[in-house]
Amino acid sequence: MEKDFEKIFQDKIDQEIKIEPRDWMPEKYRQTLIRQISQHAHSEIVGMLPEGNWITRAPNLRRKAILLAKVQDEAGHGLYLYSAAETLGISRDEMYEQLHSGKAKYSSIFNYPTLTWADIGAIGWLVDGAAIMNQVPLCRTSFGPYARAMVRICKEESFHQRQGFEILLTLSKGTEAQKRMAQDAIDRWWWPSIMMFGPTDDESPNTLQSMQWKIKRFTNDELRQKFIDVCAEQIKVLGLVIPDKDLKWNESTGHYDFGKINWDEFWQVVQGNGPCNKQRLETRKKAWEEGAWVREAANAYAEKRKQRQTVTAA
Amino acid sequence: MDKQALIDYTLQLADNALIIGHRNSEWCGHGPILEQDIAISNIALDYIGQARNFYQYAAALIGNGATEDSLAYLRDAIDFKNCLLTELPNGDWAQTILRQFFFSAYQYFLYQQLQQSTDQQLAAIAEKAFKEVTYHLRWSSEWVIRLGDGTEESRERMLHAIEELWSFTGELFEATTYEQQSVNDGYGVAFQEIQHSWMKKVGLVFEEATLPIPAANIWMQSGGKKGIHTEHLGFILAEMQFLQRAYPGAEW
Amino acid sequence: MSNTEWSLWEVFIRSKQGLDHKHVGSLHAADAQMAIENARDVYTRRMEGVSIWVVESKNIHASNPTEAGALYDPANDKAYRHPTFYHLPDELKHM
Repeated sequence: MEKDFEKIFQDKIDQEIKIEPRDWMPEKYRQTLIRQISQHAHSEIVGMLPEGNWITRAPNLRRKAILLAKVQDEAGHGLYLYSAAETLGISRDEMYEQLHSGKAKYSSIFNYPTLTWADIGAIGWLVDGAAIMNQVPLCRTSFGPYARAMVRICKEESFHQRQGFEILLTLSKGTEAQKRMAQDAIDRWWWPSIMMFGPTDDESPNTLQSMQWKIKRFTNDELRQKFIDVCAEQIKVLGLVIPDKDLKWNESTGHYDFGKINWDEFWQVVQGNGPCNKQRLETRKKAWEEGAWVREAANAYAEKRKQRQTVTAA
Repeated sequence: MDKQALIDYTLQLADNALIIGHRNSEWCGHGPILEQDIAISNIALDYIGQARNFYQYAAALIGNGATEDSLAYLRDAIDFKNCLLTELPNGDWAQTILRQFFFSAYQYFLYQQLQQSTDQQLAAIAEKAFKEVTYHLRWSSEWVIRLGDGTEESRERMLHAIEELWSFTGELFEATTYEQQSVNDGYGVAFQEIQHSWMKKVGLVFEEATLPIPAANIWMQSGGKKGIHTEHLGFILAEMQFLQRAYPGAEW
Repeated sequence: MSNTEWSLWEVFIRSKQGLDHKHVGSLHAADAQMAIENARDVYTRRMEGVSIWVVESKNIHASNPTEAGALYDPANDKAYRHPTFYHLPDELKHM
């Protein structure tokens, strides 16, 4: 019986028929999705913090409005994703608990600090750029609610990368101090950005199963290469430098070769030793704990009002 | 017509929107729940939009190369005309909500009248802003009621917020010379009527929230509209204006 | 814990007059009024809607996917319900 279900399930996937929440699915598929979608949601929420740092310091009113709208979008994206995960039978509160206890991970990139205004540009260009590279294929992922959330996210996200590049472009044409700021930001964000695609394929044990279930459509290395190829061209518009002396066009592969990634740093940050891991998590926990009385009060009031209405009706 | 009064009047509207918007934006990423984080950021965005509209108009009146950004980023605290209420620290959610409610109710009646201003620019900006403020007032009223009539704790926190904020509401209706001038010249809004409407609205919402209205004889703080601020504004500006001050003349 | 979690609501948006409300996602809210406002802030930030419906998720009753065969397959062999089933002369226009 189980075997039959599994075959029907895989047939659907192979025929590009989406899986919907109430359909039968292998438990491992469900768990993989919960893990991936909630991780993705957590990344959006934690990701608000490094950029949020600069909302009150944005250099002009136009930038202030754009940045606030962007960070707010990320809250929205987190919300869409939590909603998608909730269709799989886990509550948002449970997911938060997993985040706060350290059980659930989020994208390590947000454990790096935003030190200057140029970081807002670099995050838009590189971090959002890498995220979009990852997310566009997810619009076709096999689980319906996840795919639909991603369609919405990708549509909204298209301005995020552009605003980042625009910031860098303005800085690159500005004063010496501004150019220095821009180059410094790219120097610090480049390597963490290309680590965002995750470990190399031979170190990524879940990839094969995820590809078979069409949760993932491309491997980590494929996406990373694509991203590097695009950035290596875009940097020319900025007149700045990507901090990789081995970055070089390779005629025979039709791709850019790139230098060795410091995977030791990657794993250290994943394990909690990045510059801001503790700070980010503490900030999220604090917001959640300090909001508890607010959420409780709203529930209590809703309950009171319901009861009053029942009394009036009777 | 007294042009300086019109400039000051417009700047005051702009400064109020900018400073309370700035405060609300501090919540982004730290709200009590995702949905409300988004809600308060939306309100902050509305405010930044309002501020930009008023600053742009003020800049046009001032001339001399003034821009929305030179007005927001290159004036010192002494030139800022926002009410003290807008610059107070956010405090907890109760305090932020109550400030929002007090200020939205004020802006609601103010913009309602200002839509009829003889100054077409002010009237047009007010018309757009009035829709936004109508929503802010609804949202904050509901929250005041929810918290006032919610749990023991939320009620305590609301009472505390009232204690913190009430003495800053008098200034809203205290006419400065430029506001007096605006009424004389026919484009501004007289406070008498809107103060009455404001008290009525606050009374209704507080009643539903089961919250007490403070005694009438409480001493009211003022000064912001005349450039005499709390200590908080200096820190807001230090943070907000940092890049413009550190790199004079740069494009961003 | 449980007394701080707001209930889940499904959100339906009419994107413009004349179209049906369409399911767009879900969110949390303490009551219906708040659910509508949250939906406004979350799902119509880019002018996506002119009307909002919210329904508490627990009030949605759904068909069971394992019964899909019994529910939907019988419609498969009723081709005569479709206009293309009928072969009429080409001279006959606009029918």
